Amino acid sequence: MKGRFPMAIEVRNLVKKFGAFAALDHVDLKIRSGELLALLGPSGSGKTTLLRIIAGLDWPDAGEVSFDGQNALARGAGERGVGFVFQHYALFRHMTVFENVAFGLRVQPRAIRKPDSAIRARVKELLDLVQLDWLADRYPGQLSGGQRQRVALARALAIEPRILLLDEPFGALDAKVRKELRTWLRALHEEINVTSIFVTHDQEEALEVANRVVVMDKGRIEQVGTPSDVYDNPETAFVHGFIGESIVLPVEIHDGVVRLGDTALNIAAERGSAGPSKLFVRRHDMQVSAPGWGGLEGTVRRVRTFGPIQRADIAVPGRLGETVIEIDAPRDRELHSGDIVGLQPRRYRIFADQP
Amino acid sequence: MTMETALPRYTSATDRSRRDAMAARSARRDPRTEPGPVRWLIIGVAVAFLSVFVVLPLVLVFAQAFSKGIAAYLSALSDPEALSAIRLTLCVAALSVSLNLVFGLVAAWAIAKFEFGGKTFLISLIDLPFSVSPVISGLVFVLLFGAQGYWGPWLQAHNIHVLFAIPGIVLATTFVTFPFVARALIPLMQEQGTQEEEAAISLGASGLQAFFRVTLPNIKWGLLYGVLLCNARAMGEFGAVSVVSGHIRGETNTMPLLVEILYNEYQFVASFAIASLLAMLALVTLVVKTVLERRLDEGQIPHGH
Amino acid sequence: MSGGLRRNTLPGFGLTMGLTLTWLSIIVLIPLAGLFLKTMELGPDQFWAILTSRRTLNALKISFGLAFCAALVNLVMGMIVVWALVRYRFPGRRLFDAIVDIPFALPTAVAGVALTSLFAQKGWLGAPLAELGIKVAFTPIGIFVAMVFIGIPFVVRTVQPVLLDLDSEIEEAAASLGANRWHIVSKVILPSLMPAVLTGFALAFARAVGEYGSVIFIAGNLPNVSEIAPLLIVIRLSEFRYADATAIAVVMLVAAFLIIFAVNRLQRWAQVRAPAQ
Repeated sequence: MKGRFPMAIEVRNLVKKFGAFAALDHVDLKIRSGELLALLGPSGSGKTTLLRIIAGLDWPDAGEVSFDGQNALARGAGERGVGFVFQHYALFRHMTVFENVAFGLRVQPRAIRKPDSAIRARVKELLDLVQLDWLADRYPGQLSGGQRQRVALARALAIEPRILLLDEPFGALDAKVRKELRTWLRALHEEINVTSIFVTHDQEEALEVANRVVVMDKGRIEQVGTPSDVYDNPETAFVHGFIGESIVLPVEIHDGVVRLGDTALNIAAERGSAGPSKLFVRRHDMQVSAPGWGGLEGTVRRVRTFGPIQRADIAVPGRLGETVIEIDAPRDRELHSGDIVGLQPRRYRIFADQP
Repeated sequence: MTMETALPRYTSATDRSRRDAMAARSARRDPRTEPGPVRWLIIGVAVAFLSVFVVLPLVLVFAQAFSKGIAAYLSALSDPEALSAIRLTLCVAALSVSLNLVFGLVAAWAIAKFEFGGKTFLISLIDLPFSVSPVISGLVFVLLFGAQGYWGPWLQAHNIHVLFAIPGIVLATTFVTFPFVARALIPLMQEQGTQEEEAAISLGASGLQAFFRVTLPNIKWGLLYGVLLCNARAMGEFGAVSVVSGHIRGETNTMPLLVEILYNEYQFVASFAIASLLAMLALVTLVVKTVLERRLDEGQIPHGH
Repeated sequence: MSGGLRRNTLPGFGLTMGLTLTWLSIIVLIPLAGLFLKTMELGPDQFWAILTSRRTLNALKISFGLAFCAALVNLVMGMIVVWALVRYRFPGRRLFDAIVDIPFALPTAVAGVALTSLFAQKGWLGAPLAELGIKVAFTPIGIFVAMVFIGIPFVVRTVQPVLLDLDSEIEEAAASLGANRWHIVSKVILPSLMPAVLTGFALAFARAVGEYGSVIFIAGNLPNVSEIAPLLIVIRLSEFRYADATAIAVVMLVAAFLIIFAVNRLQRWAQVRAPAQ
């Protein structure tokens, strides 16, 4: 929209505590100019706190935040050029949609404030952008969730921010609207060329919308990467477990041999790894074969078939009795409950248990 | 037996069984409500109680005020002493309400929009005047400003009149009405949270802009509610004001004090005429309060115009 | 930790908190502290002598005793009024609901003169009562009547929201388990209203103890018979016996704080017992 170059953000060694609880535990992150970044994690992972600190709505206990190399913490929220879209939109309920969007322009100091006609034109332009020009005279209470979301976005964009921050932008919407808005947000990001960060706990949303994903847990960054990076090459047990559906089996590594209970598995351990660990396998990466060839075997308990796959619950022996795992197998070989089958992970990761 | 006769008999059998079922139910009674007579007894007692203790005194005020006709009523109200009491009451109420309005807004901003330790304790300190007897509320100012009080001699030496003068009345009234506005605003502002203000700040608004453009419009009904109750109490306060006023006729008598004086002088029409003004104030306050409560329940969301 | 980091997003905390504490101190805390300081000057013996003098003791007895009786009547009548207002539909219900607030809103002096005229020997109610040999105005019964009047809203307004919120399912559950109406009311409904009822009772009691305006007209104000403690404070002040006034005031203030403390405990109890949704 405007020809300004979008801002790069750098976060260094950020710490934020709420009482004894560490919301952010020494976080470092570089956000590139113009990218669409997702902060993904479960609740309490610190993602919203990080977003609010970047916005200037919270202050860290220690650490630095800089925009294009300049210290941002010295400036208040209103002076950072940041557009913030709140989780529950925080629309001014006593103002019309039009006045909500115009607010940021109307509160500017008299010296730089645009004349009323220019403000009206700008608001009209923004409402066109979010396709809500026909609702300009309504109050927030009269809008649907998706419409409120778009008003909040238009309001944040009115001040021509160089950074756009969105806190759980789709969290309060129903599934269908959510899908539509995702596509729309991507397209909008291409159009307005603003460095954008959004917080979400929904992995599908993060993987589908963002250029890069930051996975967070317990105030720490677990992994930063493209959506395919974090899905295909998870770097930690947490990321593997959090993104995509995984089968997790407790195993024991000894002299390079991976064991599940008493059974030695036909898979290689990484060099040097030993002791209690977790084996992570994607559901569709667990290959079903005929039994009797060594390795892991299990009993089929229940089979559901839909589309090209059959999903089977298979009981495997473990250290503490049976565990039931859920696998997705192609339908070239019909499974029946009671079958004994061999199981061989095609792709897998092993992470040593945290001591 | 033909079908014509059989059919009616069949129907009447179901009718009877239905009637039996109903009778059985009413005999065992619906356990979700009281039996009819009990219900009417409770309603009767409640209505009689409220009528005798509340409606009757209120009706009596107006009956007494008009007992000698409209002319006597009007001449009682246009008496110079009455006019001076009305003027003083309005003046004192205006001052105390404005003081408490500003305080209420300031205190509610500090308490509702920020987190800090000891918040509950601070709120109970603000509540204190509610639990203090009106007479004691007056007494504390006598102890400070009276001739034998802490600052009395100094004030006398400098010829400053606090007690038995308007400043004392305003102070005592402000004390008594202290919590009203703050207590109406704090829960409302806590419930509304800080998101809208944060949004305003992040859009570049200053603190005052956020307050006047975002906070104030959101709390206007709650603010009006607090001011309304504060005003009613300020105009009607008797005990505290009676202790600090000194009852100087035409100078430090508020309307409630004049009601007392006239009553004790057996000027019943005049006394009840002033009382009827105060009673009307109470009734108007109640009506407006009911309307405001409905507004507040609706969550203050304007639904178009 | 670098000192320059700001803590709050919204501005004005320091300013508004400073103003709040200053204003609170000037209007409320310093005057109340003055009362306690004045009492300190008395010395325990003098303090004790004032409190145990016959007239003071009787005034306190009258204030607290009659306030307790009045609050009890408010409790019973308040429950009946609440029940009628919440559970039944009858003509004028909304009007009577609004009327409950009148004792709150009506200036106490107005209530005082109105009640006195109503119960005076030639009054609308005083005359028929006199024929029965009952004298209300200018006797302790008059004090009691005025205290009942000003206490009406407390029980009603604390219990009403609780009864309104009471889930009708618990009554239906009790009925389905075979309870009759009496069991449901006495074993299910009343116990869940208990914290609110006691809170209303305590508030009505506290209000009646400190009440002045609506009582003094109807009381008769005979020392040792129908003289309430707040009036005795006023009398002592007019006699410039500040020490006596202060001592009685402190006792009443401490009693009021104790009641408020009890109410807060009751509220906490009520919260603990609030049904988990």
